[in-house]
Amino acid sequence: MSTDITPSSAFWQGVRNGGPFILIVAPFGLVFGVVAGEAGLDVWQTMAFSVAVIAGAAQLTALQLMTDQAPTIIVIITALAVNTRMAMYSASLTPHLGGASVWQRAAVAYLMVDQAYAVSILRYEQGPPLSPRAKLAFYFGVVFLICPTWYLGTLMGALVGSQIPDWVPIGAAVPIAFIALIGPMLRTLAHVAAAFVSVVVALGLAFLPYSLGLLVAALAAMVTGALVEVWTEKNRPVGGAS
Amino acid sequence: MTLDQTTIWIVIVALAIGTFTLRFSFLGLVGRRPLPPWALRLLRYTPVAVIPGLMAPQIFLPLEGQSGPDPVRLAAVVVTLAVGVWTKNAIWAMLGGAATLAILTLTLGA
Repeated sequence: MSTDITPSSAFWQGVRNGGPFILIVAPFGLVFGVVAGEAGLDVWQTMAFSVAVIAGAAQLTALQLMTDQAPTIIVIITALAVNTRMAMYSASLTPHLGGASVWQRAAVAYLMVDQAYAVSILRYEQGPPLSPRAKLAFYFGVVFLICPTWYLGTLMGALVGSQIPDWVPIGAAVPIAFIALIGPMLRTLAHVAAAFVSVVVALGLAFLPYSLGLLVAALAAMVTGALVEVWTEKNRPVGGAS
Repeated sequence: MTLDQTTIWIVIVALAIGTFTLRFSFLGLVGRRPLPPWALRLLRYTPVAVIPGLMAPQIFLPLEGQSGPDPVRLAAVVVTLAVGVWTKNAIWAMLGGAATLAILTLTLGA
């Protein structure tokens, strides 16, 4: 019976499952706050950025490009390209949460960070079934600690950023935070191939202005991933558990 | 360096609206209609297609005033990736990379 788990207990289960991720989100928010301060954003702008967008990767991309003096339209397009995965999350969550009211779905959309999606979809597909209301409650439980931690991390970074001594390699924290998310995603040959093409093309086209090389690299990598996936499926031995 | 104030606000507002639209898209407007398989196949690779390319220049190209890639940063990233692939856990990967960065920075001197 899917009604065995009440929305209230589903909410707290979400809080527990999402909780550990504040260990990633807090330092990531801190890094964004510090980098934003160094780029010249004041505390209000930095906080507005984090509260309005809640997407660290896209926010850091935008900052990087603004610092590189890229045209505003390129900044916006590239940062949104980083966020296109959100449309996939949205599509993937629709069968589970599509029945909620429009305001509830708007709240789900606003709070849709990588960890919220990953933790929720894992729970929806495994474990005792949840009612639609319990699924919604679980989702809000997952983001209950994660999203406020993002705001607070950003605020801390924006406030203490200027006091961090120069020898602390804060710049290296950005690639570490991003690459930490990528390692666990490299679970198939197609993912590895996509990541490899992304790196090679981005480096090869690094001379292009305004990070246009990144757009080309991302498209080439997505097509590579899809093609390798098709190829792997076609070559899978029949009945074999490769 | 100072960024233009108007530009900063334009970027913030545009990203807020654009990101919300991406997140709301299917959930809010398309409803229960499924995406075509080829679209899902491409979208599946979005994170691994964008983030490595985004970070590659910061990792492999020389930083300002250096002649080659920064060895400390390179080592920290390699450890982060290795721990991430090995443990399939982003938290351990981040801790491994941060530890490598801290140890190398302290031992090699500021």
